[in-house]
Amino acid sequence: MADRTDQRRDSIVLIVNDVTHEFGIGDHRYQVAACDTLAKTLRETLGLSGTKVGCNQGACGSCTVLLDGIPILSCMTLTVECDGKQITTIEGLQNKETGKLDEIQQAFIDHSAFQCGFCTPGIIMASRALLNKNPSPTETDIKDALSGHFCRCISHYQVVEALQTITEKKKK
Amino acid sequence: MKITKDYRFIGKATPRKDAAEIVTGKATYIEDVELPRMLHGKVLRSPYPHGLIKKIDTSRAENSRGVRAVLTYKNVPEWKTGTPRHVRVLDKKVKFVGDAVALVAAETEEMAMDALAHIEVEYEQLPAVYDVEQAIKSDAPQLYDEFPGNLMPLDVPVFGPRTLSSIVLGDVEKGFGASDFIAEGTGSYENIANPLPLEPPGVIAEWSGPNSLTVWSATQSASWHRFIMLSKMGFPDIRTISTQCGGSFGSKNYSAQPMFYAAALAKSTDRPVKVCFSKEEHFGAFVLRLGSRFRGKVGIKKDGTVMAVQGEWLVDTGAFSDMAQAQIAVGLGELQLMLKCANWDINTKLVCTNRNASGVVRGFGGQELESALIPILMQTLEQGNIDPVEFFKKNYVKPGQGYYWRDGNHWVSKSKDYTEAFERGAQTFGWAEKWKGWLKPSAVNNSKRVGVGVGVHGNADVGEDVSEAYVRLNPDATVTIHACVAESGMGQRSSLCKMVAETLKLPLERVNITPPDSLINPFDFGLVGSRGTYAVGSAVISAAEDAKEKLFKMAEDVLEAAPDDLDSEDGMVFVKGSPDKGVPWRSVIGLMHTCTGFGRFEPDYSVPNFIAMFVEVEVDVETGKLDLLRVVTATDVGQIIDPPSLAGQLHGSIGSAGIDTAIFEESVLDGNSGHMLNLNMMDYKWRSFAELPRFDNTILETPIQTHRYKAIGVGEVSTSPGPSAVFMAASNAVGKRLEGYPLTPDKILEALGKINL
Repeated sequence: MADRTDQRRDSIVLIVNDVTHEFGIGDHRYQVAACDTLAKTLRETLGLSGTKVGCNQGACGSCTVLLDGIPILSCMTLTVECDGKQITTIEGLQNKETGKLDEIQQAFIDHSAFQCGFCTPGIIMASRALLNKNPSPTETDIKDALSGHFCRCISHYQVVEALQTITEKKKK
Repeated sequence: MKITKDYRFIGKATPRKDAAEIVTGKATYIEDVELPRMLHGKVLRSPYPHGLIKKIDTSRAENSRGVRAVLTYKNVPEWKTGTPRHVRVLDKKVKFVGDAVALVAAETEEMAMDALAHIEVEYEQLPAVYDVEQAIKSDAPQLYDEFPGNLMPLDVPVFGPRTLSSIVLGDVEKGFGASDFIAEGTGSYENIANPLPLEPPGVIAEWSGPNSLTVWSATQSASWHRFIMLSKMGFPDIRTISTQCGGSFGSKNYSAQPMFYAAALAKSTDRPVKVCFSKEEHFGAFVLRLGSRFRGKVGIKKDGTVMAVQGEWLVDTGAFSDMAQAQIAVGLGELQLMLKCANWDINTKLVCTNRNASGVVRGFGGQELESALIPILMQTLEQGNIDPVEFFKKNYVKPGQGYYWRDGNHWVSKSKDYTEAFERGAQTFGWAEKWKGWLKPSAVNNSKRVGVGVGVHGNADVGEDVSEAYVRLNPDATVTIHACVAESGMGQRSSLCKMVAETLKLPLERVNITPPDSLINPFDFGLVGSRGTYAVGSAVISAAEDAKEKLFKMAEDVLEAAPDDLDSEDGMVFVKGSPDKGVPWRSVIGLMHTCTGFGRFEPDYSVPNFIAMFVEVEVDVETGKLDLLRVVTATDVGQIIDPPSLAGQLHGSIGSAGIDTAIFEESVLDGNSGHMLNLNMMDYKWRSFAELPRFDNTILETPIQTHRYKAIGVGEVSTSPGPSAVFMAASNAVGKRLEGYPLTPDKILEALGKINL
């Protein structure tokens, strides 16, 4: 898509989980206001409430989604900045045709890698980005990639274990 | 160790029932709930720690776009919460920075926020007090007319007329006279840490009639919103529904303030109103730990026998008391479980001060009391050169020994001797090799000193209060458990399904549990005090057994056999020994019928649980930085129900204002302005993935006389032994008795004489 950053315009396009949405800019219903965060647009305008907002201060990682494959904090990103970008949320990880869960989702189920589950969508999205970039991360790679994610129940050990099982399976 | 282990589900890891919803983002938390016509409520908060509202003008806010109601102390309902009832929805007097001044309901959150800026308030500022001992002086500012000297009464009506508020037993003077080692001093655990679940508290309220209120809340104990709030709101019929809860750790058992705000706004607008706190409000106007200061004296004999404990426990509850009195009662009980002693003289003062209030937090009084008292106790062990593992092992309550519990009654433990669990934990940790004596590091690498410490804790609340459940057998060989049990991370809803599936010999996927809704379920006290396994478990197991009995009675004629001779497996009923000649449930129950059993658990405070925690820390004496290297927990749970859920509860000791309150967690209160200085997740410190210690759980399973599966819960207690264990380890590492929590670099360097604060 052409760079439109220097052009004044009254609509933007977001490609969310492979579906293209066009929004008018404004503060009416179904529009995107200039001050709307991506988290708000995803949750309230598109109804994708799987993205969680824990702190709304850019500090807990729970609102993490992928922007052109890169994990970002959707509570700290303005929607208008995402014009023309590909966004993947937790709702977009399952295989659309078969309904099969992403390997990370499945591993989290198998290892009960969550307790209250509120941080889980953000952690899974960051883990997806990690495994896309580095299919066989070390334990340290995993911990570094997730170090911005707050989990108060302390499911960290089970999360690391779940992710390690995926990488071990691939090695075999 | 294990006597019977022939279980299908109990003790085996099974996926949580809600796992797919959680990992796909479909689990519905409070912020995800949208009701038709719903408004959003926001709160205007006081910038002053203490003051009177002299004038409040809401006219501009009322005319703001989208605003449907503005409430002040002049027009809110006359409801009062707190113990005793003293916390109004809104008051003319503000008592902490962040206290609620006005409420707005509007069509959107943004509109409500905008309107807050248009409320004009004039305050008369009053002097404020933040320190417990300052607050009880005769010339101190007074928070409440009804609590002179800022001293609050210690009664808890639901605990009965003899609620435990002191321990006075034997003769302490004689005890000290017979002691070989005595230490005296003041211990302080006053960092008023925040349990800080990721999801902030939130409530939606809707009135369906003048006396009929429905609330949706992010909570761990749905029924608290009903049975606790009924009397405080003039007895409306309250229906409470728990949404999936994004963590609680006690704090969101019930959210009295958001519930008041949402219910008041819903009443005046006749529309559903959602009030979800922001993270800043979560830090500045929701639940903190109690402040705890213990000034006293401990005496022991050479052999580690505790001869006397004497002192005054000063408990700081902040601007109001939600359940501080209940925490005092349970904390005093828990101290007796930890320390066997014949001579006690502990008195308590509960004090209110001008800061955000303390509320219910995992550890519930015991963590606060022990973390303050153990540093004094440690000095006697140091004098006597007594190994703390030997000391705690000797003094933890044994079967047949007694203690006074929260109700003021004397209970005798019929739990087990946890010595073996303690010893196994010590072995796993390598205590014998690492322990070099008091104030001695176990290793020195240049500026880095390694030290070890240990703590123990237990609670007899595993059998607290009442649980009721129905278990309904459906003709299609599925089962529905009716129990008012929420999900805030413990996995207890799934564990209860496992207990029922095991009892009825059914595949786990055929057993489900109703939503946590007080309308459709009988009473359950909630998931507190590690009571889910024993108390709630007993109720659902009895209900399942009752249903099975009824099923066999119904099958008597069909199978021409006495009920006692019948059995059921996988939805078939058959004569014992002839599973191939069975009939399906539907032939017994009938397609248009169901078969329901009932179970009830009555309180039992005679089964204390136990946890020990061993920690290894490294302190850099140049920088003062304290690193947690290793944690080993030791417990005996009778029978594991779900291994990953149990592991999660034990790992959880790091989070929810647990171990890390000794290392870096604190709410920083500015003593000049009364403002909290770290109301965000950058400045409030928390442990990240990159800083995890090595963590091992030593879990024994020796059957315990609770219910059919001989299990006992330990979830709530895991945080409690941590802070004092780290305190001990850090003191040993640097070779000096440290002071205060958390042991941030400044405190350590000051203790080492390297800086002057």
